[in-house]
Amino acid sequence: MINLAKGGTMLSYIFTFMVGVSVVFSLIFGSGDDLSRSITEGCGDAVELIITMSAMMCLWSGVMNVAKVSGLTEKISKLCAPILSFIFKDVDKNSKAFSYISMNVSANLLGLGNAATVLGIKAMKELAQDVRGNVASDSMVTFVVLNTASLQLLPTTIAAMRASYGSDSPFDIIFCVWFTSIIALMVGLSVNKIFMKTGSKKWNM
Amino acid sequence: MEYVMPILMGSVLLYGLMRKVAVFDAFVAGAKEGMKILYDIAPTLIALIVGVSMLKSSGVMGAFCELLSPLCEKIGFPKELLPMTLLRPVSGGSSTALLSDVLKNYGPDSFIGRCASVIAGSTETTFYAISVYFSAVNIKKIRHTLFASLMADFTAAVLGVLSVNLFFSQ
Repeated sequence: MINLAKGGTMLSYIFTFMVGVSVVFSLIFGSGDDLSRSITEGCGDAVELIITMSAMMCLWSGVMNVAKVSGLTEKISKLCAPILSFIFKDVDKNSKAFSYISMNVSANLLGLGNAATVLGIKAMKELAQDVRGNVASDSMVTFVVLNTASLQLLPTTIAAMRASYGSDSPFDIIFCVWFTSIIALMVGLSVNKIFMKTGSKKWNM
Repeated sequence: MEYVMPILMGSVLLYGLMRKVAVFDAFVAGAKEGMKILYDIAPTLIALIVGVSMLKSSGVMGAFCELLSPLCEKIGFPKELLPMTLLRPVSGGSSTALLSDVLKNYGPDSFIGRCASVIAGSTETTFYAISVYFSAVNIKKIRHTLFASLMADFTAAVLGVLSVNLFFSQ
């Protein structure tokens, strides 16, 4: 999933870098009028994109909220439980931590990004109770690796963008997205497992 | 595949109605939330789309892609997707701006446009997720988290291109 508001201070550097490098390069190449035009055009493009994708973003947020209110999140979290207990062998199935983990995953699947983050932080706090000091435990690492992968069932933001640029079928990439994200997630979790088994002390960062 | 959208919408609404949920009210509340998200991200998106547009017109982006194109050719990765893929784990906003640039220039239904959509759809803002979750519980030593996550991102980049080749006959 894409969460556009993410970035914080990182964006200060990225934005300044983008503008700074562009100005320096265009001074060297003498492409000043192109650069000025690109600012005006960029603004136009941005507003056009935001307006054309707004309706579809709202539509899917609405549909996903219906799913959430009807209790689909709980249902999905029950369905995920067997897989998750396989991934998190150290976490007791009846613990609070486990229920936060499965709620986080199902919120992610439905594309409820903000809800997923809140539940994820709760899960981390539960997992942190078994940890002394500032070194991450196996289940914490596994949980974060799971959250750095994309779990969203419907890539709605991307579909909205594709639609706004005139795609015939904005969701036709969905099987590719599922295929790619599942295998990427499995690779991430396997690498994690290998490190856990071999003892990753010398890789401590 | 063109049935994904309508069937999903229909079944969610029907399920809600069967559970005696005020479906329309829930829909409107969610859609308002969507509008709010859009309102929150608009300034970020405007800044970064202008930034990307400037980088392109100054020739930096082209030079960067040319520089890395021999490497891309060797592994069969389209060089047009390189800036977006490299920024994806670091900044969601910047990679979205770059995705919109790719979709605009090559079209959403082109090979490049599809690959870009798949890569963006199957990855997350890795650095953000790591910092949010670990800083919430004051963990400083994250062990192999970053390495494992970046391996997943790398896999997604490679498979994004392969899967479009596989699923779509160009």
